[in-house]
Amino acid sequence: MQSVPGPTPRGGDVVKRHGLMTRLWHWLNAIAVTVMLMSGLMIFNAHPRLYWGHYGANPDPAWLDLSQVNGGIPFPGAVTIPTDYSLADARLWHLAFAWPLAAALCGYLVWALLSGRLRREIVPTPRDLAPRNLRDDIAEHARLRFPTGAAALRYGVLQRLAYSAVLLILLPGMVLTGLAMSPAMDAGWPWLVDLLGGRQSARSVHFLCAAALVGFVAVHLAMVALSGPINGMRAMLSGRYRLPLEAEQAE
Amino acid sequence: MILTRRSLIGIGAAGAGGLLLSGCDRLNANGTFRQGMKSAEGLTMRAQRLVMGDALAREFGPGEMSPDFRVNGNARVEDAAYRAALASGFAGWALRVDGLVQRPLTLGLDALKRLPQRAQITRHDCVEGWSAIGKWQGPQLGPVLAAAGLLPDARYVVFHCADRFGDKPYYESIDLIDAFHPQTILAWAMNDAPLSEAHGAPLRLRVERQLGYKHAKYVMRIELRATLTGLYGGKGGYWEDNGDYAWYAGI
Repeated sequence: MQSVPGPTPRGGDVVKRHGLMTRLWHWLNAIAVTVMLMSGLMIFNAHPRLYWGHYGANPDPAWLDLSQVNGGIPFPGAVTIPTDYSLADARLWHLAFAWPLAAALCGYLVWALLSGRLRREIVPTPRDLAPRNLRDDIAEHARLRFPTGAAALRYGVLQRLAYSAVLLILLPGMVLTGLAMSPAMDAGWPWLVDLLGGRQSARSVHFLCAAALVGFVAVHLAMVALSGPINGMRAMLSGRYRLPLEAEQAE
Repeated sequence: MILTRRSLIGIGAAGAGGLLLSGCDRLNANGTFRQGMKSAEGLTMRAQRLVMGDALAREFGPGEMSPDFRVNGNARVEDAAYRAALASGFAGWALRVDGLVQRPLTLGLDALKRLPQRAQITRHDCVEGWSAIGKWQGPQLGPVLAAAGLLPDARYVVFHCADRFGDKPYYESIDLIDAFHPQTILAWAMNDAPLSEAHGAPLRLRVERQLGYKHAKYVMRIELRATLTGLYGGKGGYWEDNGDYAWYAGI
């Protein structure tokens, strides 16, 4: 929260929720991650097998083999860019949108670190991670009860864990495992591909991180839909958020 | 009220999805948009070359090789002259080096074997996503080009191949930075045996910091050129011309 009208904001108040940097980064990601995912699924279609180690091809054992699914094209045109099979065109999209995705991630990470937002609002505090707090937040989510009033100004521990995982693990993981699949980068930064256990391991981890991101987006969209989609959408577009009414106010 | 909102969101999401897909296909076919995405290729090449400089691709030990190296692209060459040369063990065959050189060369297989040799166990990365590790041996390309003597206008090294896709001959090209890289060799041996037909006998290019389709098989002639314009489709390679794959394939 940037600014709050009055000393103690309460349900019904409209407050400044998301800063400009966060909103810009969010929507750039919404576009870039969607394009990367859909073009990435097309690239996966070109060789729908995953391996561990430095090498891996058809004669080698694969830990995931979707080459018999859907006539050898496991991901249908409805979820790929482009719709019709084209590895070259998917690579054109993937390797073009990778630049703004990676640049914005680096920029946002630096900004979030220097501005203190990362520590204050995103990374869970020890108190957040206390077992009782974790249990309560899980229970509230399971009942689809979301924070109201002033409590809605602060991310809960599950939100903090999810956003930290995306910002600090999954998105950097996508970029680094993507780079580790590049033969040129492997010459320049051999430590990166070795750290990941080889190019085929990097490709597997790239795919697993993408799957985790899909899981995050699905839960994220569901939570937005359940916790007031119009208000949430407005907060991410204009920055202004109406604090949900507290129970005693609603009565 | 809630149902209406939910169904509205559902319709909105489906509509957005449909728009997104058809919109992406339309953008994919839009020349200006494609050109914009293609500008990332030059950015990637410059950035990667800045990062890697002259660094060598990782070389592996004999125990780390793929047990079975996948064959890709053409596995057989139909050209009658090639088949006759293959039958004679390439006894009368010779590689031509011409174009923008001071002294066009004709190098038989024995002459290529008499040049100083480089052997390297490297990872071959296909654009489709798989990798295989094999051992390659042959003379470095740099000294061969130096022996021919490059004319000042020479910028690209074009590899003319004996294989065809339909009526179109395979060819590839690299620039002088990759041509004079120490690991760029004209391999006549793979895994300590003369190249098999399937892997590109009698000679294939190894350009280790780029993807597999750059590693032209069945190399018959090396031509030095000032520009790629005017040669076949003008994009510097069979897959570049016919699939719109990137000319720079470092990622």
